[in-house]
Amino acid sequence: MRRWLTDPWRKPRLLETLVWGYLAWSVLPVAIAVWFSFNAGRSRSSWQGFSLRWYWQDPVLSVWHDPELQHALVYSLRLAVLTTLVAVPIGVAFAIGLDRWHGRLAAGFNFQMLLSFVLPEILLAVALLFLFTNLLKAVQLGATAQLLGLVTFQLSYPVIICRARLLSIGSEYEEAAMDLGASPVKALRHVLLPLLSPAIFASAVLVFADVIDDFVLVRYLSADAASEPMSVKIYNSARSSPTPALNALATIMLCSSLVAIALGFLVYRRLTRGERSQESTVEGFAAQV
Amino acid sequence: MATKEAPAATRESGRAGPKLPRWPPTRGARRASARAGAWHPRWFWPAFAAPGMVWLVVLFLLPFYVVLSIAFGAVDPLFRTPVPVWNPVQWNPFQFQLLYDRVFGPDGFLGPAFVRTFVYVAAASVLCLLVAYPVAYYVTRHAGRRKGLILVALLAPFWVSYMMRMLAWVNLLESDGMVNRLLVSVGVLREPFPWLAGQPVTVTLGLVYGYIPYMVLALYAGLDRVDQRLLEAARDLGASRRRTFLLVTLPLSRQAILAGLVVTSLPMFGDYFTNDLLSGSPRTSMVGNLVNDAIGSPGQGGQAAALVLVMIALLAVPMLGYIRSTRRAAREAGR
Repeated sequence: MRRWLTDPWRKPRLLETLVWGYLAWSVLPVAIAVWFSFNAGRSRSSWQGFSLRWYWQDPVLSVWHDPELQHALVYSLRLAVLTTLVAVPIGVAFAIGLDRWHGRLAAGFNFQMLLSFVLPEILLAVALLFLFTNLLKAVQLGATAQLLGLVTFQLSYPVIICRARLLSIGSEYEEAAMDLGASPVKALRHVLLPLLSPAIFASAVLVFADVIDDFVLVRYLSADAASEPMSVKIYNSARSSPTPALNALATIMLCSSLVAIALGFLVYRRLTRGERSQESTVEGFAAQV
Repeated sequence: MATKEAPAATRESGRAGPKLPRWPPTRGARRASARAGAWHPRWFWPAFAAPGMVWLVVLFLLPFYVVLSIAFGAVDPLFRTPVPVWNPVQWNPFQFQLLYDRVFGPDGFLGPAFVRTFVYVAAASVLCLLVAYPVAYYVTRHAGRRKGLILVALLAPFWVSYMMRMLAWVNLLESDGMVNRLLVSVGVLREPFPWLAGQPVTVTLGLVYGYIPYMVLALYAGLDRVDQRLLEAARDLGASRRRTFLLVTLPLSRQAILAGLVVTSLPMFGDYFTNDLLSGSPRTSMVGNLVNDAIGSPGQGGQAAALVLVMIALLAVPMLGYIRSTRRAAREAGR
């Protein structure tokens, strides 16, 4: 026993148990919630047999047949796509600009961008709500306000991720291209953007997955039930009268972010092919995240 | 720095033009060329940043000016809606007076919420640290070939909607939920415990469950950077496992611990939905709930704005500290 305890090469069993315990604790509750979305009965805590009732079989209450839930689902995906399409290009250009332009103004904006990253979401949400209801009254609460707010909140992801990548790229490749006669714009398009593409891609995936989950901003900037996405629906009915249809909705949401991540990961691996070994691809992707 | 300057110098010499620079370039000339980026027109890089800058000014700075104008503004006498006062000269701090009375005054019913927030967030962040540190440590040191797989599992919560993770716990903790049934059948509890009826324990553990992935990731990033050779040196020189950990690993991960505490506690301070879903009782309400309630009730807009400003003031130190440390890290990486 003594010998085993003092063995320097002993496996850290206690630590290992703790890690597996942690993983179980973090995954099991969600797994159980997914499992009960297939429950045949109304209960979300006692199992009454397998069915797809809450997905589409139930003619009234299932996600497929409840127009409100279906609308929420489509609305979430639409917001996520639009936000990604707006935030990523602006953010990437912002990152390139801030990285190469060394000035006091650039430093100030970099600070603002980092501040928007660490600021608790509720503070920005209240501020934007006041902005749209008191000053920019032309912006209606609802989809437009939500889009503007989400882009503001998400802008920092592509900037931070791309700046990290720009630091590791350096300016040598671009300078080589220009030494060989490329114009600044050409060097950017044919050299810098391809080198940045893994970071651009990773940030797009991240923004998409994060917007699907977003709750605070979207709820404050919504106008009515029609502009409430899935997260708000779950919040509204989690404590009132939920049926497993809510679990089904959450499961669909989970699957859509997982598909986005899986696709993102595969594309990311293609983009960084040759740069790193397969083993560390996950780590690279994780580091981006 | 020296390695960075060399290409700048060759770049200067390779440029054909009417005015050939002196070779070798003077120190000042080299610096100037490195700074100006040599071939780009002055407006080139600022033009890239321009859309983002405009966006941040209109939708990040301006909103907080509106918050200031409302917090220091007037109230419509008839509808009790907040009326922003745009001119700082006419600002009036009566909303803060009101808030002060509600927090510290004789019947200050908001005071307990502030205290509670600090207690819950402190307890939850420390718990996060205690659980996440061993996990991150294991992944960096002992995971071996399974590292990728475990990392994916650690990242998984990020891709599961926060609301769904809370919904999962609501299902489990209901009075006829699995947790109660398990505890009753094992004999720990005699009858179901009302977990969801305003229990501080439930809220704190909910916060831990919600935000611990950030802590794990921050600690993992920090521990992964610790130079393995230092640990080997410590062991070679005769330090035991525990001494190596206490004297080498732990001090080297101080930055990561601080970063982890900040990234988990900042969103916790702004959280109100965890509380709403897992308790819903005013007995456990936090500052985030106060803001949310003020937004939701008519005539309280000014109070909401004042609360937002108070929260920014209270959280300024951790936010600025975190920004400073990330900027320093970026500078070091660029060197």
